[in-house]
Amino acid sequence: MEKILEVNNLNISFDTYAGKVRAIRGVDFDLNKGETLAIVGESGSGKSVTTRTIMRLLSSNANIDEGQILFKGQDLVDKSEKEMQKIRGREIAMIFQDPMTSLDPTMTIGKQVAESLRKHKNVSKKESLKAALDLLNLVGIPDAEKRLKNYPHQFSGGQRQRIVIAIALICNPEILIADEPTTALDVTIQAQILELLKEIQEKIETSIIFITHDLGVVANVADRVAVMYAGRIVEVGTAEEIFYNPQHPYTWGLLGSMPTLESENDRLYAIPGSPPDLLDPPKGDAFYPRNEFALKIDAEMEPPFFELSDTHKAATWLLAPQAPVVTPPAEIQRRWDIFRKKQDQYSA
Amino acid sequence: MEKRLLEVNNLKQYFNTGSKNEVRAVNDVSFHINEGETFGLVGESGSGKSTTGRTIIRLNQQTDGEILFDGKDVTKIHGKTELTKFRRDVQMIFQDPYASLNPRMKVKDIIAEGIDVNGLAKTPKERDKIVNDLLETVGLNPSHGTRYPHEFSGGQRQRIGIARALAVRPRFIICDEPISALDVSIQAQVVNLLQDLQKEHNLTYLFIAHDLSMVKHISDRIGVMNNGHLLEVGSSDEIYHYGVHPYTESLLSAIPMPDPDHERQRRRIKYQTEPHDGKARSLREIAPGHFIYSSEDEVAYYKKKLQHLKNEKAVAV
Repeated sequence: MEKILEVNNLNISFDTYAGKVRAIRGVDFDLNKGETLAIVGESGSGKSVTTRTIMRLLSSNANIDEGQILFKGQDLVDKSEKEMQKIRGREIAMIFQDPMTSLDPTMTIGKQVAESLRKHKNVSKKESLKAALDLLNLVGIPDAEKRLKNYPHQFSGGQRQRIVIAIALICNPEILIADEPTTALDVTIQAQILELLKEIQEKIETSIIFITHDLGVVANVADRVAVMYAGRIVEVGTAEEIFYNPQHPYTWGLLGSMPTLESENDRLYAIPGSPPDLLDPPKGDAFYPRNEFALKIDAEMEPPFFELSDTHKAATWLLAPQAPVVTPPAEIQRRWDIFRKKQDQYSA
Repeated sequence: MEKRLLEVNNLKQYFNTGSKNEVRAVNDVSFHINEGETFGLVGESGSGKSTTGRTIIRLNQQTDGEILFDGKDVTKIHGKTELTKFRRDVQMIFQDPYASLNPRMKVKDIIAEGIDVNGLAKTPKERDKIVNDLLETVGLNPSHGTRYPHEFSGGQRQRIGIARALAVRPRFIICDEPISALDVSIQAQVVNLLQDLQKEHNLTYLFIAHDLSMVKHISDRIGVMNNGHLLEVGSSDEIYHYGVHPYTESLLSAIPMPDPDHERQRRRIKYQTEPHDGKARSLREIAPGHFIYSSEDEVAYYKKKLQHLKNEKAVAV
């Protein structure tokens, strides 16, 4: 596995009237070439801030207090704005949640898709429009040639998102960051967009960081999954490990709060309370007040990562050797059973 | 014997009628909801589900059809007194927790507005007590009453919206996408709350949403809408496991599940909009309680399809 991106000990804070908000508190992860890494978390977890940091698109009141973002042997944290402009849209591209606000309403789509190519690769207007047409066909815009001169408002939500994807891909970026690209779309349109992304990944071999809070989507697209809470990664592993052998109580909570085909009309497992205020992060585990399985040490000391395999680790004191054995919710036990059966199959 | 609390018959809601821009948002929709049950209305953007809800609660004036609430046709009620009374029985919880609360009113005044309009509290002390009880009921604190909406999170605002709806002691609540804008774990909290309140107060819900998994969880019966038409109606289990209308099938096949093995195997069924063949279609029963939008000659086909599906699943188990 070749690493294409390495994020080490990222610490980001925001200066606000209320004080300094510690949005990212020590985040490490890698992205391997050709894979799709999903970053899952709820509002305030820091998932969007993390990816905007990679693109160096943070607001002016943001501070990169510590950390490195290694891409092709260079640290993106040290790069100037001018240097970042050569990377954004060309080597690392991004697609956002709401296609209506990420497209320029006063520019034709042909021009918007071609713009990136013209700026980055010094290509003529005619050539760039041809490339734009090819890409619009690739992303499935019907009658693309006729529609190059149309404006974003003349397209449906799903089509606009396809156009956004075309813009992101036109320079053949090595990394594509998709920040909740299907959250605002209907389920059938979402399915089409996810299928499109997979197709494209196969064709162009781009590596994808996919941010979402929808675990169904994660199961559909991800090779590996990182779960974020209150500015930290709490668990990371392959999709199989996270869905069938989850170890962190927050991951349990997320999986348990989704209704499944099996669940009857009983109560959903709901994590009580809400995420902490990062103006004053707690000294222990940030999840402690909402953690049904919290240990006394969680209030005092932040848990380190405990490794379960080469690919799977979780930051919970429950995995410490001296920790008591806990019984996770029924839904989690059901998943663990599936994992055990798979393990038995592999070793047999 | 189940009592029909709401009956919608041949409801039509058109906009810009007669012009080039005519939109037939709700196009001859009929269904009923029994007292104490939750009816889930499912469909994608533009299906007409929200418009249906808003017409039922008289936010729109229907183009045609009747809406019977507790046996009385509410399309015929005019005048402030009767309308106010109707609004006590039927309340709404809205989708956007950021847009549905007046940012210039304190939370306690937002919740008490219905109480004030209907004269349900005789003294300020009584008013405060009702509001505080409601805040606690929805899992908030009486101290939250003196704050403004912007001081709360999305999930908390939605709870305030629920408290507001409950203040006038309604019998029926239309929930128009009440959880779409919320995080997954907060969705679960709000859904559990709605179910608890239903049991406690014998509430009836029309739950409008596009998230099929959540709708299936909370609903007793489900109606699937597309393009202004109700295409399939049945019990929650029946629709989810034995949905036979092509649109229902395509919708169900598009839902991603938090299960990588399932995702690897899932094959999406693509919906081809049916040709305009001029056949008269309406909801016809193909099994007890299970209805399909079809023409007379299509009924036999759907009946067979349903039976086949049930046999298949029986064998698989």
